[in-house]
Amino acid sequence: MIPGEFDYHSPRTLQEAVGLLQQHGDGAKIVAGGQSLIPAMRFRLALPEVLIDINTIDGLEYIREDDGHLMIGALTREADLEESALVQQKYHLLADAARVIADPVVRNRATVGGNLAHADPANDHPAVMLAYNAELIALGPNGTRAIPIDDFFVDLFENALADNEILTEIRIPTPGPGSGGAYYKVERKVGDYAISATAVQLTINGNTCTAARIGLTNVSAVPMRATGAEQALIGKQITDEVLEAAGQAAAAECDPSPDLRGSVAYKRDLTRVVIKRAIRQAVERAQGG
Amino acid sequence: MTTFHDPTKPKHVADRFENKHDAPAGSSAVVATTEEVRITTPPEICGMGHRMKRKEDPRFIQGKGNYVDDIKLPGMLYMDIVRSPYAHAKILNIDASAALAMPGVLAVITGKDLAAHGLHWMPTLMSDTQMVLPTEKVVYYAQEVACVIATSRYIAADAIEQVVVDYEPLDVVVDPYKALDDEVIIRDDKELKTNRIWHWEVGDKDATDAIFANAAHVVKQYMHIPRIHVASIETCGMVANYNPATGKMQLYMTTQAPHAIRTVFALVSGLPEQKIQVISPDIGGGFGGKVPVYPGYVVCAVASLLIGKPVKWIEDRSENLQADSFARDYHLEAELAADANGKIVGLRVNGLADHGCADAAANPSKFPAGLFSICTGSYDLQAAHVNFDAVYTNKPPGGVAYRCSFRVTEAVQMIERMTDMMAHDLNIDPAEYRMNNFIKADAFPYMSPTGWEYDSGNYHAALRKAMDMIGYEELRKEQAEKRARGELMGIGISSFTEVVGAGPSRDYDILGIKMFDSAEIRIHPTGKAIARFGTKSQGQGHETTYAQIIAEELGLPANDIEVEEGDTDTAPYGLGTYASRSTPTAGAAAAMAARKIKAKAKKIAAHLLEVNEDDLEWDVNKWQVKGSPEQAKTIQEIAFAAYTNHPQGMEAGLEATDYYDPPNLTFPFGSYICVVDIDSGTGEVKVRRFVAVDDCGNIINPLVVEGQIHGGLTMGLAPALYEEIVYDENGQCLTGTLADYLLPTAVESPKWETGHTITPSPHHPIGAKGVGESPTVGAPPAIANAVVDALWHLGVRHIDIPITPEKVWQALRDAGVTE
Repeated sequence: MIPGEFDYHSPRTLQEAVGLLQQHGDGAKIVAGGQSLIPAMRFRLALPEVLIDINTIDGLEYIREDDGHLMIGALTREADLEESALVQQKYHLLADAARVIADPVVRNRATVGGNLAHADPANDHPAVMLAYNAELIALGPNGTRAIPIDDFFVDLFENALADNEILTEIRIPTPGPGSGGAYYKVERKVGDYAISATAVQLTINGNTCTAARIGLTNVSAVPMRATGAEQALIGKQITDEVLEAAGQAAAAECDPSPDLRGSVAYKRDLTRVVIKRAIRQAVERAQGG
Repeated sequence: MTTFHDPTKPKHVADRFENKHDAPAGSSAVVATTEEVRITTPPEICGMGHRMKRKEDPRFIQGKGNYVDDIKLPGMLYMDIVRSPYAHAKILNIDASAALAMPGVLAVITGKDLAAHGLHWMPTLMSDTQMVLPTEKVVYYAQEVACVIATSRYIAADAIEQVVVDYEPLDVVVDPYKALDDEVIIRDDKELKTNRIWHWEVGDKDATDAIFANAAHVVKQYMHIPRIHVASIETCGMVANYNPATGKMQLYMTTQAPHAIRTVFALVSGLPEQKIQVISPDIGGGFGGKVPVYPGYVVCAVASLLIGKPVKWIEDRSENLQADSFARDYHLEAELAADANGKIVGLRVNGLADHGCADAAANPSKFPAGLFSICTGSYDLQAAHVNFDAVYTNKPPGGVAYRCSFRVTEAVQMIERMTDMMAHDLNIDPAEYRMNNFIKADAFPYMSPTGWEYDSGNYHAALRKAMDMIGYEELRKEQAEKRARGELMGIGISSFTEVVGAGPSRDYDILGIKMFDSAEIRIHPTGKAIARFGTKSQGQGHETTYAQIIAEELGLPANDIEVEEGDTDTAPYGLGTYASRSTPTAGAAAAMAARKIKAKAKKIAAHLLEVNEDDLEWDVNKWQVKGSPEQAKTIQEIAFAAYTNHPQGMEAGLEATDYYDPPNLTFPFGSYICVVDIDSGTGEVKVRRFVAVDDCGNIINPLVVEGQIHGGLTMGLAPALYEEIVYDENGQCLTGTLADYLLPTAVESPKWETGHTITPSPHHPIGAKGVGESPTVGAPPAIANAVVDALWHLGVRHIDIPITPEKVWQALRDAGVTE
């Protein structure tokens, strides 16, 4: 549990951090909350030559609304997200997830940006941000660019950031009228990754579902949307039959691996169950329930 | 292979009670059960029964404990361990040259280096042998292969990666039933080429078979009590400090049994015993896992001896989880027989013990399966027979008594599951069924069919109290209503009997050392005291409870008594703390030593008061003249006189030592009731309520007892729902981190509702029994029974622990239930 040798930098500005990334290339790693990277280093699964600690950079921790979006600074702690009145009032899916990410001790240190940039399908934010259709803002030597969440997750532990880019902000479109969202997670105990979890954000007009995005947690090698389940909902009234059809679509399109949390059959069936529960909750919220 | 037969032969009752202390000889009187905690001293003295806050806690909660890893000595070196990536492989070559070339690396120690000193093998506590470091092959994943000694912890960690070991993988035996085939021999170092370790039988086979032949009802079930790990907060470690100038070896060590360790080190190393000082400082949880000697300890001590400098070794969490001794891992085929009236009459158990690569259990020598033969539990059976085999597999050695008096947990899990199954089969409420089958309160002392003499008990009272506390009858109504709506709710009971306080010297020894324990009390001239013990607290609260026992006996305020344990140079010899033995043995020794002091104090008081000893009577903290209590000498006055004005011809001072050899074990018991709700869609089990009524005889400190029970219940919840050490088919451990080996937290734990009854032990000087392990032993079957109770109407008869969401989901799907 002793990490290998590495150099450590604590830049004061984002520009300085980007400069360090340019200098050290793919041998460098950004450390934010450190809740995934540090354990990996202690097991020597990750052996970065250079660690760039961005905790010393001011202005990266914020939660605010602007221009029809919720803006979350990449260094915002999960605990702050959990306690944000703004999130609790208007971003129910995010509020649900913030309460079940890891455990309270981890949430004090862990960051939203780190949770996403780690590109781990077992993490909770990837599914949440997929359901919200969020945009991720990256800063590189040539300035900033916005990356649609659908393009962000490239492979297991691999994201769309270039070696010299830093994730700085997450932008979530503010849900419009008739919208509701929910996150439903089944875990073996607090702090465990999900056996299966589902993030749903949808819009109900009259009784009909007019828009839906669904993200799945820990049932695929790369964070994924349940597009088949989304299609099962859009244009429909959410009856028990429609719910079951969406659940079955998700169970079929997910691609879980067997592990100590369960077999493939269990994880698929659990995905069917949790997606139904998340949709039901999201619909209630969309209808003002 | 050793064959054991019936080591627990029934002993005559009167013979058992014939001892030096004041239990009534030949007593067969029924011990009365009460609920009131007896208090005879005022709060400023704080004897037994007071809810005294623990004296040790201020230093712990301020982070000022002193653990092995806090020990820092000048010039100290650090050790790290190269471990095997294979569960079974020949070692072709070990090349340490690259590691030795690193600046700061002083030595790389291999099995061949140890072999030169005859130290590459060591005995286990069960007289088996275990490799310290291998010379020929490795037999479990994460086995110690070589040790690096370096000037810093970091250099040592870097250097182990530079030790190149060539392995030739061998076939791996993970399944203990396959091990019985002897197709792959794990211990080919032994003369007998077999994986079988021992065979053991207890009870009357013929009588049991006859009962089963005529039984009206029989239930039969295979169950696996899974391999689990104690996972104490503090991992194992040592600072070995050999001084070449004095020849003295100091071993700061995470051990529950420092004195026994000193003797074993002396015998194995050849160092004279007076030159070995084992110091067990603050210990962050032991639970049986710090009874064995691990290879790391031995190599650390050898390294200090060879280099002549202090060497520190501290395991990391994964090493601790992957390589240290496991607990449980019993495969049981159990059968329970009942007569036409539903009365339980017989029990038959076939067991297979998976010991890993060595029998490194920490049982008393004559008990290869520990005290498993207590398996008839709280029920009055006519006959029982237990038949056990033990085998080697390619796993770490074991198994230790994890917060359990040597395999009682396995026994209780089995009998409580089987009793519940029989009740359900006969369609009798499980509470009523237990009431019908309990050993009756007037039957104590009770001789069990497997030869145990239960000292005292009142099982009906404990279960009735638990039922009242939880509102049992109301819960059954609620369950019926919910079941009608398709909701899954279960109520589970466990009415366990524990057997603790090993043990009487005629039957109990570890490597030949009898399992007595000791106390030495010295009263200082100013009336303050120091008391030292052969046991070693790892969180049990000895500094408080031992002081309260002495306060009760002598009237010295508990706060004036310093309790010390764990330094073999100062403490009297004892066998240590595990198996809930401290109160039954060393706690008794404390009372007996205090009584010796009281007797001497009486002589001094008579001298000071110029009266005859026979004219004095004891009152809380003083000897007073009968009929004129204003003429009295307090224990403090007597203590001062013992050094300043003692009678001519009497030795000065006021101190005593007692080595207590218990006449019998103590048999604490309890009834636990658990309510679970099950999510039929996900298979999740939620423990809604849990009531625990414990009876540990007279209570020394209710606060400490409740604390022990809260912790123990959480450790009982753990294997019921979460914990299991899992290996893949190659013998790789899949649960080597706390992300995979699931310890429940406050979030998973229900609000523990505790209560007690008090049925004193008739043979213990203060009527107390051990309690630390009762909840760990009693809780798992209550939870398992609750889950099965919720699912019985769907045709579910049994689910092995840990009851994971997937197992419940599978049982529900098999029964056609889905969401």
